[in-house]
Amino acid sequence: MNIYFLKLASLFYFVGTFAYLAYLILLRESVSKWAATAVSIGFASHTLALITRYAEAGHTPVTNLHESLSFFAWMIIGVLLIVNLRYRVKVLGSFLAPIGLVLMLFALALPKEILPLAPVLRSFWHPFHVIFAFLGNAVFTLTFCCGVMYLIQEHQLKSKRLGAIAKRLPPLKVLDDLNYKSLTFGFPLLTLGIITGAIWANYAWGRYWDWDPKETWSLITWFFYAALLHQRLTVGWRGRKAAIMAIVGFLSVLFTFLGVNLLLSGLHTYTNW
Amino acid sequence: MELIVVGLNHKTAPIEIRERLAFPEERMEHALNQVKSLPSLKENMIVSTCNRVEIYAAVREAEGAMADLKAFLSRYHGLPLKEFETNLYYLVGEEAVRHIFRVASSLDSMVVGEPQILGQIKSAYNVAVEAKSSGLILHRLLHRAFHVAKRVRTETKIGNSAVSVSYVAVELAKKIFGSLEKRTVLLVGAGEMSELAARHLVSAGVEKVWVTNRTYDRAIALAQEFRGEAIPFEEMNRGLRIVDIVISATNSPEHILHHDHVVRVMKDRKQKPIFFIDIADPRDIEPRVGDVENVYLYNIDDLQKVANDNIEDREKEARKAETIIQEEVAKFLNWYRSLEATPIIVALRKKFEEIRTKELAKTLSIHPNLSDKEKESLEALTSAIINKILHEPLTLLKQKDEDAMADLYLDALRTLFRLPVISSEASDEEKEKDRSD
Repeated sequence: MNIYFLKLASLFYFVGTFAYLAYLILLRESVSKWAATAVSIGFASHTLALITRYAEAGHTPVTNLHESLSFFAWMIIGVLLIVNLRYRVKVLGSFLAPIGLVLMLFALALPKEILPLAPVLRSFWHPFHVIFAFLGNAVFTLTFCCGVMYLIQEHQLKSKRLGAIAKRLPPLKVLDDLNYKSLTFGFPLLTLGIITGAIWANYAWGRYWDWDPKETWSLITWFFYAALLHQRLTVGWRGRKAAIMAIVGFLSVLFTFLGVNLLLSGLHTYTNW
Repeated sequence: MELIVVGLNHKTAPIEIRERLAFPEERMEHALNQVKSLPSLKENMIVSTCNRVEIYAAVREAEGAMADLKAFLSRYHGLPLKEFETNLYYLVGEEAVRHIFRVASSLDSMVVGEPQILGQIKSAYNVAVEAKSSGLILHRLLHRAFHVAKRVRTETKIGNSAVSVSYVAVELAKKIFGSLEKRTVLLVGAGEMSELAARHLVSAGVEKVWVTNRTYDRAIALAQEFRGEAIPFEEMNRGLRIVDIVISATNSPEHILHHDHVVRVMKDRKQKPIFFIDIADPRDIEPRVGDVENVYLYNIDDLQKVANDNIEDREKEARKAETIIQEEVAKFLNWYRSLEATPIIVALRKKFEEIRTKELAKTLSIHPNLSDKEKESLEALTSAIINKILHEPLTLLKQKDEDAMADLYLDALRTLFRLPVISSEASDEEKEKDRSD
């Protein structure tokens, strides 16, 4: 049942992504509305998929890579929908929707069976840890997209080209504001993710911190974003520097999320996938 | 009766002439009344912006009216006719209609596609309505013009690309700062060019204008025009530290802003982005300033280049717009021609005559025994009734040119009696049929 909803969600994400990319080319308002509608329906279906999977498995579905990717995609699309409500930056969908879609397709390609829960994951704190961490990551994905758009747009303006690309991207100020706003949401979420993780670790292993690769990397990420936030607030770092930092920070996020699992081994490796 | 336009614009007249012939807003009604009192005129309205002064009028006879209007302009502004006669253009009938439609759609603007002109025409029309100087023809014409402008705006992308230097500057500022509300601009050097650019920025929402100039008095004068603030040239840094946009246009033979200076300013600004527009020749700002982070430096040539890139796009859209205008001019002229008195009188008579003969035939068939003489008197009676009824209205319509309301009557008659529309519009209907096929 949950897989059925998941496939339906992917289908709508596919349509939404396609429409968002069409919007990027055509710049027709109606197309962006269609895209937003498709993505919203996809999100609703995705939500149903998560609920049914929760009901079927009896635990929060964030225990293997398939579930994690699906959950991450759900959060990213959620962030997109929320930003769409607050800001009129429709072109953001052309960046975030494809990321959500790709994550979904990977999730669908991976083994999807519901496995018995590993004892270490049977904890009150585990779902909180994962939800905060992923929500933080989803928000940082937004920061990352804004950073990429900022660099492209800044390059257009600096090199004095006001063509098709400059026309499609939002003003620098808007991108920089979003970069900052998302940072102020993402950073506390990451912090909460790390704290709840430590509490959970204490229950599971009897220790708050173990310096396993995932913990180390998430701490590196945390310091990185802390530094960026600090520089923004005190020295007035903004624009280009903040954009580059957001991109590098996201690479650290990605490595913490995927690289550590795939390349290094440690406490966070629970299953082959 | 004819429609005419007499006027001049940025293409035909220099600013000095345009200024001298402009009608200030507060005296517009007075001017309209003066024009109205000219015997050759029936309806009129005056459009007066910084780029154009035009009188739109419905007149009895074009040539005499144009001479009257020329004389009026000269008399009213106290400017000898020979000083501006060559700057004037005169348009009649179809040409006049096309011109008004093009003006309203911003195709005749200095910055093609700029949106202000429509608002200016609308308010000129409102003043004319209040002064009661406009009538049926101008009402219809202007409403059509607003409709055309809307079509051009929605069906073409004419307003989308920035094609004048000032407009490009505004677009760039928006790409950097998003909304221009709460933004401030500093004018360095009080020249005409910087004033124009600043005007565009202000109309795009810029909140405050600072002015600095080597001659402080000029800075004060210009600042007053924008309800802004002047700062002494030596204290320019004070402005640089807070404003978002700098327009530099001094006559200085060398750069007045250098790389290192701007780097220091940026530190003070906490790296808040700044947009320099250098419209001076020779340049005021060292080109390397553009390399500083969060600084965007465009000189007049850069702006011109962006504008030129946009012109090609715009020309394609302008051709689309001209097609729309052609269509709408034809539609308007069909309506306009339907107001000619003679065809309407003929149609009205025909309709009455048809009713009379039909009803008479009915009556005669009920009374087959009537004598020829009785039939003749019935014939005479009915004819007389119709003639008597029609006599006064038709006399009035035949003197159409003498009566300002005649067009209204004609239009009303056509509607009230559902008179068949004249040939030219019949062909229009066929065209629509073709289209639906």
